Amino acid sequence: MSGYIPHTEVERQQMLAAIGVTTIEDLFEAVPASHRFPRLNLPRPMSEMEIVAEMQALADANEHAGEFALFRGAGAYHHFTPSAVNHLLLRGEFYTAYTPYQPEMSQGTLQAIFEYQSMMCALTGMEAANASHYDGATSLAEAVTVALQAVDRRHRIVLSGGIHPQYREVVRTYNQGRTVEFVGDNQPRTAAELAELIDDNTAMVAVQYPNFFGQIEDFSKLVEVAHAKGALVTFVVNPLALALLKPPGALGADIVVGEGQPLGVPLSFGGPYVGFFAVRTRYVRKIAGRIVGETVDRDGRPAYVMTLRPREQDIKREKASSNICTNQGLMALAVCIHLALLGKTGLRQVAELNYQKAHYAARRIAALPGFSVDMSLPFFNEFVVKCSKPVAAINDALIAEGIIGGYDLGKDYPHLKDRMLMCVTEMNTREEIDVLVSVLEKLA
Amino acid sequence: MAALKFPSDVRYAQSDEWVRVEGDIATVGISDYAQDALNDLVYVEFKGVGTKVDAGDEVAEVESVKAASSIYSPVAGEIVEVNAALETTPETVNSDPYGAGWLVRIRVAGGVSLEHLMDAAAYQSYCESR
Repeated sequence: MSGYIPHTEVERQQMLAAIGVTTIEDLFEAVPASHRFPRLNLPRPMSEMEIVAEMQALADANEHAGEFALFRGAGAYHHFTPSAVNHLLLRGEFYTAYTPYQPEMSQGTLQAIFEYQSMMCALTGMEAANASHYDGATSLAEAVTVALQAVDRRHRIVLSGGIHPQYREVVRTYNQGRTVEFVGDNQPRTAAELAELIDDNTAMVAVQYPNFFGQIEDFSKLVEVAHAKGALVTFVVNPLALALLKPPGALGADIVVGEGQPLGVPLSFGGPYVGFFAVRTRYVRKIAGRIVGETVDRDGRPAYVMTLRPREQDIKREKASSNICTNQGLMALAVCIHLALLGKTGLRQVAELNYQKAHYAARRIAALPGFSVDMSLPFFNEFVVKCSKPVAAINDALIAEGIIGGYDLGKDYPHLKDRMLMCVTEMNTREEIDVLVSVLEKLA
Repeated sequence: MAALKFPSDVRYAQSDEWVRVEGDIATVGISDYAQDALNDLVYVEFKGVGTKVDAGDEVAEVESVKAASSIYSPVAGEIVEVNAALETTPETVNSDPYGAGWLVRIRVAGGVSLEHLMDAAAYQSYCESR
């Protein structure tokens, strides 16, 4: 706080004189005196000690992930984060999400953003990544903006129903008022059936990989059809799965977006999270946000610069079509540190643990009477369990045993009534999985 | 200022575009004054071929190391060609603004009037007055 210098009384008088009033109270003249300090019906004042106790009691009313055996993902995932991530994140030099207004003054911040971008490119197999979006849903919404600008005079976006239902909702909200139609997600469709919806008016096709049900679909034909029709292909991905799967870049994706939360960002009751956005260089001028680049200074030393802000309000003024120059910088930094700590091998090991534990759980559950598991496609760390009774009833019974069960798919997908989406991560011990199975067995 | 070129075979807009009409085709670019003021161009983007424009509509956008600027058509018509070579070599606009650095070609409808545009002498004194 060394830079904090309050106004002096003399300065206050000078400022008041400059605007032609004598006291600070004069500034509030427009507010009738009777409304300036109305009597508020509040409880009695509390001491700091009492407030801490009260807030703690409120906080204790929440249940948190660490207290349960958690088998729910559906977009927000329970993973282990090395404690070094938080320690580095909380350092004063980093502890802001804000863009430095003279970015090159903050070489450390720029270097961290550059490294984050580079890692996201490596993970997704893309050529350029920006410094982040608010979350996975808004990064998909921005992919629509890019596609509509990149492909002139086309107004159709084909969305796979396998994309997170909330993402599809956000995409529609974000794009209301634009001349654009969203098709494809009103009923279950295979990749081949989705491809049939791609016409000469289609700007983009978006799919999820693994899809919302945890499954890995083969999109190769769909990508071919889209490109033949001149449409862009966007992949919504779980970045952790990419440590194991073929990167979307190698599958022909033009844009790759997703939620970075699985990479070192805690569940935190729903946020703040961080969206990532990666593209082919060809589309880099259309993207929102900013890109930091690496160069050398006049002495030949590595230096980092704010390279591109093609749509931001601080560059484009009245022609701007984005204002996320202040975005999830701190969460992107968490992702960056997390990935750097785990390394390529460590990340792959985490992904393998997720895969193997999920498959162990799926096999055990599939063997139970009254339950079946959809194994029609390969899956990562989530899978769909068909139950013989309502999911809510099963979850009520599980929670009594300290287990948070799967996500009830019937809410978003009427044809998937009595099916739950289960998630198993490296955080679930074998013992937890075995207890889950034994509780489910009694419920069948 | 003295070094800047103001050729007399084109007409100029207040927003610093030039236009040269040959038959029913109007070629549009930015003036030497404009490229000099913008400094090194790093990016050029066009409205698509086939776009119908009125005089004053945006036909391209150029970005230099200093600023991003819209380029407006001085005439009404339909974009029939864009100088796609500039997408990889935008610096051509700096080196040859009236020649290889042209931006778009517009098919003008009927007898196009250039009366609202300045001739070289008027544009030069307009630039000198700024």
